[in-house]
Amino acid sequence: MINSDIIIIGAGPTGLFTVFEAGLLKLKCHLIDALPQPGGQCSEIYPKKPIYDIPGFPEILAGDLTKNLMEQCKQFEPGFTLGERAETIDKDENNIFTVTTNKGTKHQAPVIAIAGGLGSFEPRKPALENLSFYEEKGVEYIIRNPEIYRDKKVVIAGGGDSALDWSIFLANINADVTLVHRRNEFRGALDSVEKVIELKNQNKINVITPAQITQIKGKERLESVVISKENKEVEEVFVDHFIPLFGLSPRLGPIADWGLEIEKNAIKVNTFDYQTNIDGIFAIGDINTYPGKLKLILCGFHEATLMCQSAFKIIHPNKKNIFRYTTVSGIDGFDGTRKEAKKPVVKALND
Amino acid sequence: MSDINISVTDRDKKIHKIVAPTDMAMNLMELIKAYELAPEGTIGVCGGMAMCASCQCYITSDHMLPEIGEEEEAMLSEAFNVKENSRLGCQIFISEDLKDLAFEIAPE
Repeated sequence: MINSDIIIIGAGPTGLFTVFEAGLLKLKCHLIDALPQPGGQCSEIYPKKPIYDIPGFPEILAGDLTKNLMEQCKQFEPGFTLGERAETIDKDENNIFTVTTNKGTKHQAPVIAIAGGLGSFEPRKPALENLSFYEEKGVEYIIRNPEIYRDKKVVIAGGGDSALDWSIFLANINADVTLVHRRNEFRGALDSVEKVIELKNQNKINVITPAQITQIKGKERLESVVISKENKEVEEVFVDHFIPLFGLSPRLGPIADWGLEIEKNAIKVNTFDYQTNIDGIFAIGDINTYPGKLKLILCGFHEATLMCQSAFKIIHPNKKNIFRYTTVSGIDGFDGTRKEAKKPVVKALND
Repeated sequence: MSDINISVTDRDKKIHKIVAPTDMAMNLMELIKAYELAPEGTIGVCGGMAMCASCQCYITSDHMLPEIGEEEEAMLSEAFNVKENSRLGCQIFISEDLKDLAFEIAPE
């Protein structure tokens, strides 16, 4: 059982900033996210795209924003359960929530903040017969632990950044990588495309284009895939792993079954503290809706800040909370670090 | 600048005859969102960067469309249910040239 003050479902920008705001109130957070890395859409869909409306940053890449938010909340030592989807929420007689993931990991806290964006990212799966039978038996859609591919025969399908980046990464840890794509052209950062070409020329990656995987075979687990080329040539390749990387699409998923009031795929909240119809469960960022709602990162930051004030009252009903500016009070990290303004020097000039 | 008529077939095959402004730099994905012709979260997921294909449309009328860009083409090469007349709605901006355009929203 993982215990904290606030369980944050969703480790995107809003979820990460919640850790910081909660930390100022000495509340400890634990984040759960279906993706294997923090950052949400910013790291999964558009890490290399600039954002122009983060206050104080005329321009910042989405990936850099994620890095900065991680740095900003680091001292409050957030816990992470990554690569797991929050599946169920139960509330006991003492109003303590238990959140259980699809892998069975249990988390307990008096407050839940759902910062789930558009929902959890689910892989887009190719239409292949018996695909589900081979899932976790050689077919994986998200790479959680790259080490399992070391020295293995791996076929990756897809033409975007993740297909390119993982092909490079796995080739570098000695996996025997075959990259299959429907077209000759790849859609990715120029340096990734160039690196794949380089590895191909060194015979470290086998690139097959334009082609598709049309069959997967195996008795107990995946044993081979059939690659059909556009010129009608067909090749059966023996493999240990097949990784289709056709992107992820968001699904509201289990959130819809938690008894929350849902309107147009978003959770209804009040605009006082972004609490839902269930006491103690808040919804912040893109996942919520209220009159005038705008799905902007900066609005998520504001919602997270106000939400933490109410969370404090739920967690410490008898404690007074005094509002302070960080410039005045500094920041005391849970890791023992302290950040504060430099003290002014008081010294007469004519000593 | 005037409004134009556009016919949109939603994912349940229901046809909507709608009016679209030509002076707001609006694209087809945003038009679908503005008229709520697809549930929130199932269209324009990436916000219109040609990075998710959730706004894939089949253009069914015979219009001269803006040329397909590199990013759009690359995204369509990865998308599912792609046909000859597939385009990403977010890459087609509404102009008077698109008067009486007809398109269908591709399945999710």
